[in-house]
Amino acid sequence: MHPSRRPVTLRAIVLSILVSVVLAACGGGGASELGPADQGTSPPQATQPEPGGNPPSAGGDIPRGGTLTIAYKDDLATLDPAVGYDWTNWPAGKMVFDGLLDYDDTTNLQPRLAESMPEVSPDATVYTFRLRQGVIFHNGREVTADDVAYSITRVLDPQTKSPGSGFYTGIAGAQDFIDGKADSVSGIRVVDPRTIEFTLESPDVTFGNKMALNFAFIVPKEEVERLGENFGHNPVGTGPFLFREWIAGRQLTFERNPNYFFEGLPYLDQVVIQVGVEPEVALLRLERGEIDSMGDPIPAAEFARIKDDDAWQGRLTSAPQVSTIYITMNTQMKPFDNVQVRRAMNMAIDKERIIRLLGGRGTVANQILPPLMPGYDQDYQGYEYNPDQARQLLADAGYPNGFSTTMECIAVEPQPKLCESFQQDLSKIGVQVQVQTLAASTVIADGGTEGKVPLVWSGGLGWIQDYPDPDDFYTPILSCVAAVPGGWNWPWYCNQDLEQKAQQAIGTTDTEQRLGLYREIYRTLMDEAVWIPVYNGQYDIAHSDKLVGKETDFAHPEHTIRYERLAKQP
Amino acid sequence: MRSHTDAPLPDADARALADAGSGTARGAVPETQFTLAWRHFKRDRLALAGGIFVLLLVLVAVLAPVLAPHDPAEQFAEGLTLDGLPVSSTLPESAQFPLGTDQNGRDLLSRIIYGARVSLTVGVLANVIAVTLGVLVGALAGYLGGWRGNSIMRFTDMMMAFPTLLLAIALVAVLRPSIWVIIFVIGAVYWTWIARIVYGAVRSLREREFVTAAVSMGAPTWRIVLRHLLPHLLPLVIVWASLGISTNVMLEASLSYLGIGVQPPTPSWGGMIQQGQSFYRAAPWLVIYPGLAIMLTILSFNLLGDGLRDALDPQQQRR
Amino acid sequence: MVAYLLRRLLFTVPVLIGISLITFVLIYFLPADPARMYAGPNASVDAVNRIRTQLGLDQPFYVQYGRYLERAVQGDLGYSYQLQMPVTQAILTRFPYTLQLTLAGIFVELLIGVPAGLLAASRRSTWLDGTSMVASLIGVSSPPFWLGLLMLYFFAFRLGLFPLGGAGSWQHLILPAVTAGLGGAGWYARMTRSSALEVLSADYVRTARSKGLAGGQVLRRHVLRNAINPIVTMVGMDIPWFIGGVVLIETVFAWPGIGRMMVDAILTDDVPLILGTVTFTAVLVVVSSIIIDIVQAMLDPRIRLR
Repeated sequence: MHPSRRPVTLRAIVLSILVSVVLAACGGGGASELGPADQGTSPPQATQPEPGGNPPSAGGDIPRGGTLTIAYKDDLATLDPAVGYDWTNWPAGKMVFDGLLDYDDTTNLQPRLAESMPEVSPDATVYTFRLRQGVIFHNGREVTADDVAYSITRVLDPQTKSPGSGFYTGIAGAQDFIDGKADSVSGIRVVDPRTIEFTLESPDVTFGNKMALNFAFIVPKEEVERLGENFGHNPVGTGPFLFREWIAGRQLTFERNPNYFFEGLPYLDQVVIQVGVEPEVALLRLERGEIDSMGDPIPAAEFARIKDDDAWQGRLTSAPQVSTIYITMNTQMKPFDNVQVRRAMNMAIDKERIIRLLGGRGTVANQILPPLMPGYDQDYQGYEYNPDQARQLLADAGYPNGFSTTMECIAVEPQPKLCESFQQDLSKIGVQVQVQTLAASTVIADGGTEGKVPLVWSGGLGWIQDYPDPDDFYTPILSCVAAVPGGWNWPWYCNQDLEQKAQQAIGTTDTEQRLGLYREIYRTLMDEAVWIPVYNGQYDIAHSDKLVGKETDFAHPEHTIRYERLAKQP
Repeated sequence: MRSHTDAPLPDADARALADAGSGTARGAVPETQFTLAWRHFKRDRLALAGGIFVLLLVLVAVLAPVLAPHDPAEQFAEGLTLDGLPVSSTLPESAQFPLGTDQNGRDLLSRIIYGARVSLTVGVLANVIAVTLGVLVGALAGYLGGWRGNSIMRFTDMMMAFPTLLLAIALVAVLRPSIWVIIFVIGAVYWTWIARIVYGAVRSLREREFVTAAVSMGAPTWRIVLRHLLPHLLPLVIVWASLGISTNVMLEASLSYLGIGVQPPTPSWGGMIQQGQSFYRAAPWLVIYPGLAIMLTILSFNLLGDGLRDALDPQQQRR
Repeated sequence: MVAYLLRRLLFTVPVLIGISLITFVLIYFLPADPARMYAGPNASVDAVNRIRTQLGLDQPFYVQYGRYLERAVQGDLGYSYQLQMPVTQAILTRFPYTLQLTLAGIFVELLIGVPAGLLAASRRSTWLDGTSMVASLIGVSSPPFWLGLLMLYFFAFRLGLFPLGGAGSWQHLILPAVTAGLGGAGWYARMTRSSALEVLSADYVRTARSKGLAGGQVLRRHVLRNAINPIVTMVGMDIPWFIGGVVLIETVFAWPGIGRMMVDAILTDDVPLILGTVTFTAVLVVVSSIIIDIVQAMLDPRIRLR
């Protein structure tokens, strides 16, 4: 729900979807052919006994039973999959619910509640799913195609206020339904109790990825109606765990679903999520063996202490995030309307020091796209850190004595610390920055207000794309379309040439050609210096040595933690 | 959060305090009262210690650029370990940082020295607002009396129903944090207590002959309030000026601790604790030293205020 | 007594209306757009506008306030965007923790403060008196969040005697309660001392003493009984302070009360939750002051018909 609680990882999730799309596209050749089960890159068939690839550890003698206790700082907002959209409840939602599709150990799609990958029409506008037989909800009723239709329609229903409804508005008739002109969505058709068909307005090769998002998880109508607003606090689904108890502000308990349709899963008897635990406290409890894992990032101070500690060998899992954290410069406000000034700013930030302040977790960014993103420009060098030259550039631009300006940051650690570092760096080239630390929603509101704030630090504000596509660093945050009040183009930069190039790229099916277009777009944007890209993030998870699982079970790009696949030694 | 302002000060206390100044009939505060008070104050060692510390603090704040070993905003390359941790003062290589460095590699001692400026500025200026507002409202209500005075005090009571910290948080959230907003907000939440006490004092003064005499001679209201009532409230105001500052310093520290106080990089003690607390295991000094500074400052203003109260109020000498 | 009570209750109505008006004005001017909050950052402008209409946020100020008041009277304080539940429900699930901490904190205050004050009074002007008074001032002057962090560092982290914050068992309660109580204990000690001294210097006590009553008996018979009233007054004033002030202690100790909930709400601009919590605590202050007045009237017949 809230950006500050929806950190970069979630963005990484969505980006990873994009990665899979592009990889799949590479393998399949044509975009419209993506998704069907006969694709080269598609996962094993539905007959496999378990989702998500191989068992957690080799050999098959995986311990069973036990309780996994994990601690988070923030309470979960909700477990309603249509509504929840943050760090804590994204993986928790996957305990209670299932979607038609899911990911394997990496980011390839595979069937879950669906029996097999969907049948896709050649023009990628009609997707037909066949449901797995005999799957029952936790209340004992069997899942039918009507439940799928109900669940997707519910996400689109404005009454649900789902933040993910935008993913599904491409379904035919969705807009009429949202506008109240139709009672149902014409593009959702129940063919028979086990078959459902989605018709799209226009071709969309990513629809399968959208059906693997939490928003598309299947919920039982009767329970939603019975519980009303309380459904998010008493969720009933089909997932590997049953929701047991929620003590607000303290903890949530989930128990093994004995009737789970993937035989053998899950391994654990119980999962307890403690909330309201500060990361420092969580780490200490973890060291004392009171809990098994912590969900929030390890505080920098503690990370530095434990990363070389032998006692922590094998208990830390790291994965790079597909994210770029940056400073935006409002190109409509003086003096940032001057490209020389923006370039000078780019040369003034000591990014190495930022990495050090982060305890070494991250890498210096020199461009807009993160390294793991298709289209990342290996040959591009970016701006070097050179305060002297920056001062010279400022003088050339007519600011020999610098100027004063304002930067907004969110008030959650470690962002204020990083902003103070920028402040200090910039003061060295004569730019006096007043830092304002504010609530995330305020920063977002200000960034999206014309002429309001010159500089915004994006740390902790991972924004969410409306659709996973290679242009997702462009259209939602750097295009003319996004340079509107309430939009996410905080540099307020609009370049018609780039706009046309992006249009062209969206219609290009040849991957190499397409990525080439994006490289041109992002080089221009760097030349125009609308951002100061600062670093690419890294995600670390700490856990006890009793927990058994593969790296991707602790830090899966899509699920973060895969509770269903973790096991605990007695 | 609680300090003297939140503590119950029975009306009797206020009255006694106000009466202290009204020894003579003409309404002018006699010289001898302050002389007496000073003599009394001098003997109160604790109060004297508090007063001296306050003086020192003012000096430190004024002379911060001279006293501080470094620029409080300078982030030293050697101020962070290779892992990005603050440097302890116990390490030999950190001799240039007497109290170690903070999470950004800045000199902690210099920041604490500069932090005194913020605490004192907020404490004093917010107090000026609170005392001015409180005295005006309280004196007016007390002087007017009747339903008008009553309704003013009803409004005051209503404001008092808000827990001060929560009200301050809500106000800052609306107005956005900056040092001026903090000063305004603290003044705006704390005037009520002073109004209450002044009201009680004025109610009792009003019955005294020098006021009734002035009224019967047809003096205008504002003149009576200014010439006759306010001077008698002076001892009260002096005591509150001291006690109120301690309260304001505490509130400023608390707001900064919650992250909605004075904005970086201006060093504020509460903010230093807030930013340093995630390092409290690796670098406990980030929490301990700024907290000590807050505690000593509040303590000395409390000692000073207590001493003043005892000195200015002969009827209250219970020690 | 009944008439007094009724009059007292009647007076609270305008106070309550005033409280709700003040909070509503405050929150009305918060910079963040509640409709955008509700819809989430990637909702379309259309969707945001629809939600704005749905929530009645496009109505004029007085209409919005009227609606708010109407619902508030029925116990409906709105819906929290962040917690995804009605504000009243959120407050009610968290409030028991705050109440628990408040009661435990006041208990600690009394446990330390009253004996210290009596001791200081009975050993007036000795080193014991001086030390306990300076100690109580130090307690009063220490920022509670700092005390709390020190407690956590020494007793939980270094010595491992207590949990590092959170709630769940009685051990969790001890450090926050002691932290909350230490500052206040200083006040109780000072208050107890001065009212004890007042009584000790009263004629009847001097008489009792001269008649040869032992010090302990005098304390029990006269001093404590007379000191009870100011202490009750103080407890009454403490409750609202605690409920407002435990924000800091709840934040330090990750105690899941309404104080911490409100700080979270501020950090996320959760307007209804801020509004509801502030209103709730203000009402609580009003209610607790009524209760204290009644208790006082029962304890001391002299002030009954004030």
